[in-house]
Amino acid sequence: MSTAIEIAQSRSSSAMYAGRPQVLLERSWLAFRSTTWVPIFTGFIEPVLFLLAFGYGMGNLVGNISVGSASIDYTMFIAPGLLATSAMNGAVYDSTWNVFFKLNESKLYKTMLSTPLGPMDIALGEITWALLRGLVYSIGFLTVVSVFGLTPSVWAVLAIPAASLVAFGFASFGMAITSFFKTYQQMGFVTFVLLPMNLFSGSLYPISVYPDWLEKIIMALPLWHGIELVRAFWFGNINSGILVHIFYFLIMIAVGLFVTSHRLRALFLR
Amino acid sequence: MSNPLICVRGLTKKFGDLTAVDGVNFEVAEGESFGLLGPNGAGKSTIMCILAATSTRTSGTVEILDKDPEKFGPLVRAHLGVVPQQDNLDGELTVSENLFIYGRYFGLSKKFINNKIEELLEFAQLQEKRDVKVEALSGGMKRRLTIARGLVSEPDILLLDEPTTGLDPQARHILWDRLFRLKEQGVTLVLTTHFMDEAEQLCDRLVVMDKGAIMAQGSPAGLIKEYSSKEVLEVRFGSERNADVALVLRNICERMEVLPDRILMYADDGEKLLEEITVLKLHPTTSLVRRSSLEDVFLRLTGRTLIE
Repeated sequence: MSTAIEIAQSRSSSAMYAGRPQVLLERSWLAFRSTTWVPIFTGFIEPVLFLLAFGYGMGNLVGNISVGSASIDYTMFIAPGLLATSAMNGAVYDSTWNVFFKLNESKLYKTMLSTPLGPMDIALGEITWALLRGLVYSIGFLTVVSVFGLTPSVWAVLAIPAASLVAFGFASFGMAITSFFKTYQQMGFVTFVLLPMNLFSGSLYPISVYPDWLEKIIMALPLWHGIELVRAFWFGNINSGILVHIFYFLIMIAVGLFVTSHRLRALFLR
Repeated sequence: MSNPLICVRGLTKKFGDLTAVDGVNFEVAEGESFGLLGPNGAGKSTIMCILAATSTRTSGTVEILDKDPEKFGPLVRAHLGVVPQQDNLDGELTVSENLFIYGRYFGLSKKFINNKIEELLEFAQLQEKRDVKVEALSGGMKRRLTIARGLVSEPDILLLDEPTTGLDPQARHILWDRLFRLKEQGVTLVLTTHFMDEAEQLCDRLVVMDKGAIMAQGSPAGLIKEYSSKEVLEVRFGSERNADVALVLRNICERMEVLPDRILMYADDGEKLLEEITVLKLHPTTSLVRRSSLEDVFLRLTGRTLIE
């Protein structure tokens, strides 16, 4: 028996997971090196443009904004909201459109599942890659914001792991939902949901301006939890309330991973 | 005799009301080149997916290397090289990257794969294309790369689903040459095809399939001997006259197949039969004597031609 096979054999254990999600990252890195760096740049520049347009444009009209008892400069207020939003956008870009392509056009996952890899390797690997993209966006944004002097303290660095959790949650959930879509028309649904969530989840103003019922709806949506979580770390307002947000994302990650891996199995290992 | 590498018993696969595979039995021994011959829709690809541990069965038993692929999917897949009908290469990567990452999916070390890549590029005659994106390759090159990719993990069994479908004749011959080399090296090949010449060239043994069931199995020569005559006389009288003439011809030939465009007459001596037709003054517009092929076996077994 050849060495090649012995190695492969020793590592393939269950039907769902071969314990090798990192090879998905290797594959993404190889593909990324040569093709897909442009979206990274645009994804990074987008929140910066928002910050400039709203922060300096609207900020001059709005002045300070009161959150609870504190009064905060408007640009300072929207910065963490935009950070959370950019983490979400980075993760969603990879876990929806890119995943859709690999599922339905290039049949990449089908090919992978004809090797000893299992659905869980693919789900974990792809979601981690999407999470990394979200992380890169966050770090880029934080760097720019720091240069502008908009970070309240060094503790704002903690907003990065918070944003990573947000990216992880959206990547996991995004891939799970995409695994049900078969046509580009259905993929339009992603934009249809994301745009209003982007606009109304409180990145640009506190959601207390809404009537009670609308506020409740927004508070049920993931982006609001993401923004609140990142904002709490940004300003160093660490309290037990953030546990709810963290819990919300942990559930999202777990559900997303479970659904994605089972959908991959249902689609390609029938 | 050692245990067969593949052992299939009573294999059935249903998709809703449709029975794609209906109680199939066969075995494949180590080093054997085994073929599934049949028209499109005969259930060949479905069987291949089940062997590849990427599809479940409705009933029956399947053992590959003494393991049930349904229970030990990743373990079984670790021993298989799969060449699917559609190439499914990674369009975002180059030729050598495709080989590299595929080996990584198998958990092979980078060092092992990098050595292997040289050997495989040579085998696939793609040394000059190593840094080219796969999109730029011709159909034949893509197929050779897909086969090379399937060999990265040094599989015990190579599964090839319609390996030369869609290729031009020249590319097909190059590919047959490559596959023949593998066969000589003792690689166990399992392939599906609806080309009888491919089956004759590459398979030591094959099953003839139709509508999900096995109609016959044996070596190409054995099947021809059993189900057909030594020679075949093909005569054409024009589509108008074929049926009428056939009535007369039945008197001088035991077995015939009347196709829309021609009549096939089975005999041990085709030339002699042709002389008898000339004596009858039937004057076929064209005539051809050839040796029997698997196409004739299939026609005999199913009453239909392989490619319709």
